[in-house]
Amino acid sequence: MTIAQGLFDFALIIAMVALAVGQVLCMARLVIGPTTADRILALDTMVINALGLVVALGMHQGVKVYFEVGVLVAMLGFVSTVALARFILRGDIIE
Amino acid sequence: MTLSTIATFAAAISLLIGAVFVLVGAIGLLKFNDPMTRLHAPTKVGTLGIGMLLLASILYALAQGDPSLHELLIMAFLFVTAPVSANFIAKVTIHRGTCETPPSPPKDSTWSTLNAPDDAQG
Repeated sequence: MTIAQGLFDFALIIAMVALAVGQVLCMARLVIGPTTADRILALDTMVINALGLVVALGMHQGVKVYFEVGVLVAMLGFVSTVALARFILRGDIIE
Repeated sequence: MTLSTIATFAAAISLLIGAVFVLVGAIGLLKFNDPMTRLHAPTKVGTLGIGMLLLASILYALAQGDPSLHELLIMAFLFVTAPVSANFIAKVTIHRGTCETPPSPPKDSTWSTLNAPDDAQG
C-alpha cells in the first residue's frame, strides 16, 4: 500500500465519522425543534448527509451502483422537502 | 510521481475538506439561535461539503483508472435544488411568523412603483 492510498483510506474514515456525527447533530435539532421550519431543515440536511454517506460507502467498496442510489436519494430528498414546505404553506401538496 | 498518485492525494485532501465543511454545517444548524440564521449553515456549507465529497469520488475514480462523471450529475442536481428548498423553508418561516418581520420602508407606505402618480415626486 502506497502513502497516497493510506492517506486516502484515513481521509475516508475521517469523512465517514464526520458525516455520522453530523447526522446525530441534525437529529438533535430535529427533536428539539422548536419551529416547524427547523424540523424541515433538519430533515433536508439529514437526507443530504445520507447522500454523502452513500457516496463514501461507494468509494470504500468500489461499487458503481451507489451513484445511482445517490441520484435517487437526492431527488427524493428535494421532492420531500418541497412537499413538506408546501403542505405547511398551502395546506395541500397538489392543488 | 504518477498521475494516479497525484489524483489519490487530491481525492484525500478533498475528502478532508468536505468532512470539515459537513461537520461545520451540522454544528451551525445546532448552535445558531434564530430560525432564519439556522437556515444559512446547512444550505450553503453542507452543500459545499457534499460537493467536495463528490469531487473526491471523481478524482478517486480517475486514480483507479476508470474515470466516471456520474457524480457531476448529482453535484449539478444538488447545487440547483439546494437554494430552491432553502427558499421554501424560508417561506415556511415567514408564513408561521417565527421570525422578525422585515422593517417597513422609511418614507412610503408601499413600493414606490405602486404609488399614485401625484405623489411620485414627493
